[in-house]
Amino acid sequence: MANIEALKKLSTQVRRDIVRMVHAVSSGHPGGSLGCVEYFVALYKVVMKHDPKAFTMDGKNDDLFFLSNGHISPVFYSVLARCGYFPVEELKTFRKLNSRLQGHPTTHEGLPGVRIASGSLGQGMSVAIGAALAKKLNKDNSIVYTLHGDGELQEGQIWEAAMYAAAYKVDNIICTVDYNGRQIDGDVENVLSLGNLKAKFEAFGWTVIENPKGNDLESVISHLEKAKTFVGKGKPIMILMNTEMGMGIDYMMGTHKWHGSAPNDDQLAKALLQIEETEKDY
Amino acid sequence: MKKYTFTEKKDTRSGFGAGLSELGKTNPNVVALCADLTGSLKMDAFQKDHPERFFQIGIAEANMMGIAAGLTIGGKIPFTGTFANFSTGRVYDQIRQSIAYSGKNVKICASHAGLTLGEDGATHQILEDIGLMKMLPHMVVINPCDYNQTKAATIAIAAYDGPVYLRFGRPTIPNFTSADQKFEIGKAVMLNEGTDVTIIATGHLVWKAIEAGEALAAKGISAEIINIHTIKPLDTDAILKSILKTKCVVTAEEHQMNGGLGDSVAQFLSRNHPTPQEFVAVNDSFGESGTPDELMKKYGLDSVDIVKAVEKVISRKK
Repeated sequence: MANIEALKKLSTQVRRDIVRMVHAVSSGHPGGSLGCVEYFVALYKVVMKHDPKAFTMDGKNDDLFFLSNGHISPVFYSVLARCGYFPVEELKTFRKLNSRLQGHPTTHEGLPGVRIASGSLGQGMSVAIGAALAKKLNKDNSIVYTLHGDGELQEGQIWEAAMYAAAYKVDNIICTVDYNGRQIDGDVENVLSLGNLKAKFEAFGWTVIENPKGNDLESVISHLEKAKTFVGKGKPIMILMNTEMGMGIDYMMGTHKWHGSAPNDDQLAKALLQIEETEKDY
Repeated sequence: MKKYTFTEKKDTRSGFGAGLSELGKTNPNVVALCADLTGSLKMDAFQKDHPERFFQIGIAEANMMGIAAGLTIGGKIPFTGTFANFSTGRVYDQIRQSIAYSGKNVKICASHAGLTLGEDGATHQILEDIGLMKMLPHMVVINPCDYNQTKAATIAIAAYDGPVYLRFGRPTIPNFTSADQKFEIGKAVMLNEGTDVTIIATGHLVWKAIEAGEALAAKGISAEIINIHTIKPLDTDAILKSILKTKCVVTAEEHQMNGGLGDSVAQFLSRNHPTPQEFVAVNDSFGESGTPDELMKKYGLDSVDIVKAVEKVISRKK
């Protein structure tokens, strides 16, 4: 396994990238991005089998990842860049005209590492199931990963997909819910309660793994590795991963306020004081 | 007026089923998905012969579109099958984001389009699907006219790399085009050369246009009849060439006037060669229950309606 200390340093740099990217264009979604840093670093640096230098759309014999809650594009772009999918300097084009780093991820501008457009919520699980079925047809044993927001689970299509994956034993997907309990209008519990999410997915026929420590890198890695042991066992796999929206920046935590707002100059300065530049800023 | 004959009436959806079945044998990358309408879509033969490449999705069309998009990522060529209403309006955002904007090689195959679905009524008779789909950037939109052409179109779209909307219908209608026709996406088919008027028709209205052409010939009117099976990309060269000769046009389709084939033709002509045009189409109305023939008459989509439109448009020529 990669050196955990080095990965923690990378996580810090990814957090810097996120706040700097959204600050530069006064828009974007820092909250959920900051909460999912450990997940992305774990996935791309430790868990997934993939080759950033040889990206193909088909990804034959590679593990695949689909970001269903596309609004947390800053963390996705930062980790893709810092893994070598495209130059780190390109992060400065985020949300600007003529950029490959659109507000929400897309294949349309040909950004390496992205295999589907997302942003309109609820669609990524279906796409992942399709890719997983293609892998089975191709006798390709690699795994398909997805990430979803918890608020996103209010979309009906998620449950169509969840029903299908269990009924047809799509057991080569590992989905994760970013269970931070917050969405644009407030706490998920108050906007539209998800009820007992673990019981819901289990009732749909999934293997459900709970990770209460979604911002602990070693915990995220160990839970993803545990999920891998269930691949090929006849059930789709779901990790319910508790995270803190805004993790790492004191004033962004404990609130839904930073779901989709960018820091101003003073707020950026305050944030950067809390997150050390461990790799070079773009 | 050239004579068209047919030996049997067949449904266009069976042409789709036959084409898909043939693709199953010839192209191992072709996979099929259906949302609980396998029999209605005539996908049973493919399902029986290639069970490993057939995906029964259940009544969950949004999920079907997403799964189809995902299957392309492993190099598959997915053909989705359900009614036109559930293939478009119900899943418009899924098609827009996961298929069209993502540039996925999905073939959206839609049966029971239009009024000729019949007795089930307006909930199922979508008349807006061509408009919805042609507005999506780079979406190819095809509406073949009979069994043979639908079969040929089904086979042809597998060889095209990109999203396609293929629209066909429920009723049996004359099967008059040749069984061994070459189907070229975006290429109009000249059915009858004429000099007084151009009739541009698509789908089930093509046979109605032929009937109208015969009635017009009896009245001494020479109609040029063009079968536009591909609404997007539109064969504007063929249209312009004909209009330069006839100087007026009637478009005919089983669709709303807003957003259909006639709209596409009018947009092209207004920008390039303004020409008197009449529209045979549903005029801002929902359908209702009835037999296909009754509905086509009531909503003005019969051959007599084409004849009337021709007489009107000829009177508008300067």
